[in-house]
Amino acid sequence: MAERLKVHVDPDKCQGHARCKALAPELFELDEYGNAHEAGDGTVPPGLEDKAWLAKSNCPEIAIDVIEE
Amino acid sequence: MSDANQPAAHPPVTDWVHDFDHTDPQWTEDPFPIWDELRAASPVVHTKRFLGCYLPTTYEAVREIANDTEHFSSRRIIVRDVRPEITSKNAAPPITSDPPVHKPAKQLLLPPFTPDAMKKLEPRVRAICNELIDDFIAEKSVDAAARYTKHIPVRAIAHMLGIPESDSDLFIDWIHRILELGIKDESKLLQAVQEMSAYFSDHIEARKNKPTDDLISYLMNARDKNGNPLEDTHVLGSLRLLLIAGIDTTWSAIGSSLWHLAKTPADRERLIAEPWLIPTAVEELLRAYSPVTMAREVVTETTISGCPVKPGNMVLLSFPAANRDPKMFPDADKVVIDRSENRHAAFGLGIHRCVGSNLARMEMQVALEEWLKRIPDFRLDPAGTVTWSQGTVRGPRQLPFLLGKAM
Repeated sequence: MAERLKVHVDPDKCQGHARCKALAPELFELDEYGNAHEAGDGTVPPGLEDKAWLAKSNCPEIAIDVIEE
Repeated sequence: MSDANQPAAHPPVTDWVHDFDHTDPQWTEDPFPIWDELRAASPVVHTKRFLGCYLPTTYEAVREIANDTEHFSSRRIIVRDVRPEITSKNAAPPITSDPPVHKPAKQLLLPPFTPDAMKKLEPRVRAICNELIDDFIAEKSVDAAARYTKHIPVRAIAHMLGIPESDSDLFIDWIHRILELGIKDESKLLQAVQEMSAYFSDHIEARKNKPTDDLISYLMNARDKNGNPLEDTHVLGSLRLLLIAGIDTTWSAIGSSLWHLAKTPADRERLIAEPWLIPTAVEELLRAYSPVTMAREVVTETTISGCPVKPGNMVLLSFPAANRDPKMFPDADKVVIDRSENRHAAFGLGIHRCVGSNLARMEMQVALEEWLKRIPDFRLDPAGTVTWSQGTVRGPRQLPFLLGKAM
């Protein structure tokens, strides 16, 4: 059984590049200004783990954490 | 008689490390080896030109400065021969704003530029690309800068603002005078800004009687944090900014991308066979050929990557050089069309992240998709010359291509 992942966007670091939303639309939402936050409580559904890591490694502001639970 | 369309010359650079000049023809033509040389010398270099200016050469130094609004002000964002007084007339909030003024000014501009808003604009951009291609597809050779890349962003932003797309040539002329000629000749810049302001004032006045569903009316209807409408000067400044920032930047990015694909058949063939890779390729092309170099003014003394920086100097904030730093990007000097980890800074870092980044990305993707669909075979015309713009925004201004399969 693979470990469960959660994503989290640090709202103080996010500047709205929206890379996470482009690369992992299931895991992130944008607000009216285009700034990102995690969808729901950030739990990564099985099968989307790669997208979580991809979003993290493409955030120019290093605002995304992937937490292994 | 001197050519009024060419900026005055600076003495040629012989010592890049101590006397760099981003308007030198060598930098304009091929800046990449210069940046490598400077990066090897120091994370921050200095020139006495432009009344004193630093250049951070590493990704880390660029990030430090972009995130440090205490020591580095955005009140001046173009490195030029002169430092004219700062007035409300030449301010263009939020790009020329520092905290705490910056955030509310930026938040006003963000909602019309979200990815969802760009999806609504996408069909128009696709149509613009195809209208342009229709016009030259039957020809054997074309200047893709003059006939294609140049027109896409200006028509898209005109469409968003609600001003006639047919006024595009006017806007392109203002931008050239402000961003290129203005570096060395203040009067040319002021004249262009004045013409631009008069043009937009007329559009604002017209909308006071007859509101429209466009970005100009959106700004006129916007309210500041106290619930008051923006002053006309603020609306004007924002419009100037959108036009200046939205045109030759993306024009350059699309042009550099096509230039790369014209001379790299393997990448071109791969994107035609695997069009879903285009968004990833766009990010890599943005990294490798970032068009925009910004600037800051040092307001209090500090150190950056161990180097002291002193007030009174400008900083040339080279996102393009940062994006070529091999410490940050493996194979930084190569275009890796499917690069999966790419924290490039083409749209800036920190609070001044480009408001139009979602627009630029959409325009680049659509422009490449439509071009590759209709013109899968093209290459640089050996009889022509590719020329690059000078200064703050770098991209091909002449892009002679031969169309069709090579004989």
